[in-house]
Amino acid sequence: MTDDIQRLPYDVVVIGAGGSGLRAAIEARAAGKKTAVISKSLFGKAHTVMAEGGAAAAMGNVNPRDNWQVHFRDTMRGGKFLNNWRMAELHAKESPDRVWELEAWGALFDRTPDGKISQRNFGGHEYPRLAHVGDRTGLEMIRTLQQRVVALQQQDAREHGDPEAMIKVFAETTITRLIKDPTGSRIAGAFGYIRESGQFVLFEAPAVILATGGIGKMFKISSNSWEYTGDGHALALLAGATLLNMEFVQFHPTHMVWPLSVAGLLVTESVRGDGGVLRNSEGKRFMFNYVPDVFRAQYAETEEEADRWYADPDHNRRPPELLPRDEVARSINAEVKAGRGSPHGGVFLDIASRRPAEEILRKLPSMYHQFKELADVDITKEPMEVGPAQHYVMGGVEVDPDTAESVMPGLFAAGEVSGGMHGSNRLGGNSLSDLLVFGRRAGMGAALYLDGLDARPATDEGEVSAAHAEALAPLDRADGENPYAVHAEVQQTMSDMVGIIRREDEIKTAIAELDKLRERAVQVRAAGGSAYNPGWHLALDLRNIMLIAECVAQAALERQESRGGHTRDDFPAMSPEWRKVNLICTLDGDRVQLTRQPNPPMRPDLLALFDRDELKKYLTEDELPAPAAEPVTSEETR
Amino acid sequence: MAYQAQLQIWRGDAGRGELTDYKVEVNDGEVVLDVLHRLQATQAGDLAIRWNCKAGKCGSCSMEINGRPRLACMTRMSTFGENEILSITPMRTFPVIRDLVTDVSFNYVKAREIPSFTPDPAIKPGEFRMQQEDVNRSQEFRKCIECFLCQNTCHVIRDHAENEGAFAGPRFLMRVAELEMHPADTADRREIAQDDFGLGYCNITKCCTEVCPENIKITDNALIPMKERVVGRKYDPLVWLGSKIGRRQPHDTPAVPGKK
Repeated sequence: MTDDIQRLPYDVVVIGAGGSGLRAAIEARAAGKKTAVISKSLFGKAHTVMAEGGAAAAMGNVNPRDNWQVHFRDTMRGGKFLNNWRMAELHAKESPDRVWELEAWGALFDRTPDGKISQRNFGGHEYPRLAHVGDRTGLEMIRTLQQRVVALQQQDAREHGDPEAMIKVFAETTITRLIKDPTGSRIAGAFGYIRESGQFVLFEAPAVILATGGIGKMFKISSNSWEYTGDGHALALLAGATLLNMEFVQFHPTHMVWPLSVAGLLVTESVRGDGGVLRNSEGKRFMFNYVPDVFRAQYAETEEEADRWYADPDHNRRPPELLPRDEVARSINAEVKAGRGSPHGGVFLDIASRRPAEEILRKLPSMYHQFKELADVDITKEPMEVGPAQHYVMGGVEVDPDTAESVMPGLFAAGEVSGGMHGSNRLGGNSLSDLLVFGRRAGMGAALYLDGLDARPATDEGEVSAAHAEALAPLDRADGENPYAVHAEVQQTMSDMVGIIRREDEIKTAIAELDKLRERAVQVRAAGGSAYNPGWHLALDLRNIMLIAECVAQAALERQESRGGHTRDDFPAMSPEWRKVNLICTLDGDRVQLTRQPNPPMRPDLLALFDRDELKKYLTEDELPAPAAEPVTSEETR
Repeated sequence: MAYQAQLQIWRGDAGRGELTDYKVEVNDGEVVLDVLHRLQATQAGDLAIRWNCKAGKCGSCSMEINGRPRLACMTRMSTFGENEILSITPMRTFPVIRDLVTDVSFNYVKAREIPSFTPDPAIKPGEFRMQQEDVNRSQEFRKCIECFLCQNTCHVIRDHAENEGAFAGPRFLMRVAELEMHPADTADRREIAQDDFGLGYCNITKCCTEVCPENIKITDNALIPMKERVVGRKYDPLVWLGSKIGRRQPHDTPAVPGKK
């Protein structure tokens, strides 16, 4: 019985209404496609609002030496060279235009004295590069894109007499399955429900763009919002697409650790970019002890040099507090383990003793507010207690860099749900720009795909009724376990055993635990009806959390090295051999399958942007470019 | 230290509902949303709550706690006595969907009526030049997280549903002010602020400012300056004379799309 399903024909369905989803929808509509935007929350509430620091774009407004090549290099270094280099290239080249475009849509970034968009320092970025608005850049971005959608709807109201003629936002709506055509070879729609009423909906559309963000809710301590249940990752996998390098999970170094109820609340990297330093219980700036060899040349060795860098970056090296996030998170972890942590199991982040109160209030107003309201800590007078928490997933849907299309025709992915761009570790600030660059490309890719179709695919009605039955199951069960309890156990398992530091025996235990939990997860029961019932919503999200947790665990077990957001206690070194390997997850029946796939070699002109000596730290001998020849004649260099 | 809090929570749907009593454990440092989550996980799995970031940044968990409009994620349990009975009810101005979740679509309708940002088409992306001191004012208003607590509180609609057509509410009058003060915007929304969005209904009691979790000075910095601009536009004798003798046409006020 599926006649209670409302059918809605669209050209493009964008799942997710954060930065990448809205940017994709704007582009699809610009190409003349009738577009639906599906949002798990209200319009304008997506997880993007929580981004604080800024959007990285080599505009060169603060330091004119910045350009796309420098940004590309920083991104590859940050990702430990595992990045899809074509994505990193497109990202570095296109992000300035994407930021400027936001300004033309009404965004108000902080300014330089000459009236341009100001740019701030951030971990791993050689020059000040992050366009920002205080410490609420994500909010500015989401509001600008939201208001741009409204502006387009106003145009459509004038042109078509209906503001929703070309682009409509379905707020508080969740997609539970992608639907293919009867041959199973391409996308034909998406099935889901409207939270408010429980009404089932089938979007009939040849192109679907996943823009669902991340997976944080499989971990206990995470800075992610409730929406981050790996929906897009799971939808892709279930529809026959592939996931790339799911072992790479970013633990951002600085979050609140106290009070417990706010543990995991993000403390922006801007605190360090603007002069804040990390200290242990002995008051020591411990980051100087943790500069790894690959970064030795770029980071200061003394406090004096580090402190001079803020005013004179051309003649001094960067403070080690601004190493990429994976390095800082591991260092904090090590200090706490060594017994030099703060009273509540973190370390101290001190900006109070380093910057005047009025500067802190001006540059970090949200942080001031957050600590004052939630912890009674005045950050202009005392240090913050901070520690690492899950923050981002680098792994995601494997996509074509230029079009964002997955291996399943008609299925596209952009933003955090896609994989490859950030390699094994994402630099701060590269996420907001990623959303814009690849959101736009996904919208273009979907439009191009539609233009090449001869007929609209029909939806496989067998898949539709299966999706319908699957969604109703937790409500129909007479008894069954509480979904909240199962979810809490998954989080505990993942945090304890597939967290920031990993070991073979622990990951194996986690996989065995997940196996048992999976059996319980399919038997959970949601009491109550289908209208705005959070217990039911969680019961359905649990399938995604379980599936993706298994991908993370399997990939983490397979990769026997430490790199970026994957640290193996039993394989502490980074291996050039492993750099050549991408780990791909597919679904075989209901089990996750892991395969190895070669990482395509970097284009020679991009490789030439690096010194051979630096490349040696990452690449195998036979991947290295030939050693520089003796000085050549001008004839030969043409 | 942990204790059992006594809560009275409004449960029901659009048709009917009532306050229901619960006892829930509270631990050190917790906020109201933590306690509601514990209630959901242990006693009332289907309790409808709208929330998202639990960090005061998304503006989803707006509700009324002991009658005061607040964000549940930013209201610490320590602001109440351990023996105090806490009443938690949905925002009163908006229709209830279920339990603590209300239908806030009114706000999205209003948002769509305001003429959007209108830059000079001759300025290309990347060419905008603005000074920090000129963007400060609008930046303050763009801190808005759209929690709609100000909309919920404003008595013009809280106590008078009949005004909803004629009044956009503090959040969207502030949006008008934000665009008016945006250094790169070229449109003029002063007349429609008064005629279509009901700026005149506001009698500056500052209730909106008082409940704003972002501490935006809505009344002082947006509404009052906007009223002054409207007065300047409507009653400036030169503008009046100019329009009478046909020398100065009101050049502004684009039509409001979709406005009935």
